[in-house]
Amino acid sequence: MGTVMQMAVPKINERRGHMKWSKMTKGEKTEAKWGLAFVTPTIIGLLTLNFYPIVKTIYMSFFKTGDFGRGNTFVGLQNYKNVITSGEFWGSLFNTVKYAIIEVPLSIAIALVLAVLLNRKMRFRSGYRTIFFLPMVAAPAAVAMVWKWLYNQQYGLLNQLFHTDVSWISDPKHAWIALGAVGVWSIIGYNMVLFLGGLQDIPRDYYEAAQIDGASELHQFFNITVPLVSPTTFFIVQTRIIAALQVFDLIYMMIDKTNAALKNTQSVVYVFYQYVFTYDNKGYGATMIVFLLIFIMLITVVLQKLDKKIVFYN
Amino acid sequence: MESAKRKDTLTRVGIHVFLILIAVVMVVPFVWMALTAFKTVTESTSVNPFVILPSSWKLDNFTYVWDNYNFLTLYINTLLMILFRVICAVLTATLAGYAFGRLRFPGKNLLFGLVLVQMMVPPQIFLLPQYLMVSNMEMLNTQFALVFPGIVTAFGTYLLKVSYQSLPKDLEEAAAIDGCNIGQRFLFVMAPLARSGMVSLGIFTAVIAFKELMWPMIACTNTTSTSLSAALAKMQGQFSTNYPQLMAAALFAILPMTILYLIFQKQFVEGIATSGGKL
Repeated sequence: MGTVMQMAVPKINERRGHMKWSKMTKGEKTEAKWGLAFVTPTIIGLLTLNFYPIVKTIYMSFFKTGDFGRGNTFVGLQNYKNVITSGEFWGSLFNTVKYAIIEVPLSIAIALVLAVLLNRKMRFRSGYRTIFFLPMVAAPAAVAMVWKWLYNQQYGLLNQLFHTDVSWISDPKHAWIALGAVGVWSIIGYNMVLFLGGLQDIPRDYYEAAQIDGASELHQFFNITVPLVSPTTFFIVQTRIIAALQVFDLIYMMIDKTNAALKNTQSVVYVFYQYVFTYDNKGYGATMIVFLLIFIMLITVVLQKLDKKIVFYN
Repeated sequence: MESAKRKDTLTRVGIHVFLILIAVVMVVPFVWMALTAFKTVTESTSVNPFVILPSSWKLDNFTYVWDNYNFLTLYINTLLMILFRVICAVLTATLAGYAFGRLRFPGKNLLFGLVLVQMMVPPQIFLLPQYLMVSNMEMLNTQFALVFPGIVTAFGTYLLKVSYQSLPKDLEEAAAIDGCNIGQRFLFVMAPLARSGMVSLGIFTAVIAFKELMWPMIACTNTTSTSLSAALAKMQGQFSTNYPQLMAAALFAILPMTILYLIFQKQFVEGIATSGGKL
């Protein structure tokens, strides 16, 4: 699990080697040649598949896609102005944040409880783990389909089982909660596995000392487990927030275009997808993604600042 | 003493009850998917009485979607996409990971910075230009299009760099003294030692490729050239009310990966967990 922790805050920690070709020994030159040769495929790939696209997306955000075969026209900051003044964009950002507010804390809290319960010698331990992790290997498209069916108002299992008549995913008031619940269901097992790794790092003596003092299990959970596992918690919070802000699959698969709750559930990436691939307004879509990029960068910076303040590192 | 023992048993039972409850919630959607897939439309939409088990275990829905939606082709497409992506990702990342982890060369920090930046950017930013590139190459709706965004991997490079860095120095030094050049040292000494990292990356790449929805949906719009996930999206659009058929299709789509997971649980959990939230 050590490697996972390091990934949370990637840092370049090697000594900076200012290497001048003329000053290198023969052996160093050979090593440098091998090194450069080995990274070449990856670097060429990254430049073509990722860096050129970043630049291109930003470039496109200054253009209006030409209609009827006309070329693209430079519009300056017009797309940015349109996005900022569009209620749709802010609405979708609000929906995305709402989704994250359901998914992130709930999935983390439940996963932590499950990890603590499973972090002991017990029967069926690996059986539970296998079952909780199962949604991670299922295609979201299939998962969304079956949940849509479970949520079906007339024939769905949920309403039949509880003798209710709730329109789970078509009522604008609470459809986002139903979507968030599927998000939670999908990710609990994964968060739990990360927590199980984090719990390994807590020294046993803390619990032994607490038991001698007569502290209850609940007391131990809140006063030992929660603070000492906080680096893992923080890492999961950070990665889950960023992932939740990119939610698309569930919404695309579960909310039909005719769904009354579409306006209250469509996420930023969903609206981006519609503009680029359905309405063919590429410049506008590109601008939305630039905004998402900025938003995610801001959140990353804020979280990094918070990390130093609230996480307990011993 | 007696009461403490009883309390202990009670706690243990309580924990199991709670865990079983959650396990049921996790499993029910899959069970319901399977049960629905065996039902007729009438059975699946029967409310009074509500039908839980199908009256007979009919395979009609399975044969129907298999025949009408080229499931064989979809399996082959998805399998090839996964295979090519895993090979490309592991091959390029192991080379680059070794170089970043163990070699000194000019521009190393700058180049590794590129890897880190790619990992921090929301991947949707690559999507439109990647689509335009494939479109300009006139390669939409091909196997190449499915593989295209996964040819190299920044995350995999990072993962394998960490793996190579954690390996002990002496083995490589011994090989160097024996007169092995860097290529030989990499191939015969270091790469075999970084195997577990490569397995993790392979599993991770396979699961990501399998789950991906948006890219195959835009790059391969034909049902004959696309992946399982994207085909499901199309099917839902086409017969949105025939849930038994949809569930049969969904079951077809998730079954192979689920079986692999159940066989190789440990490797799957480790492989996906090392992804560190990138899923």
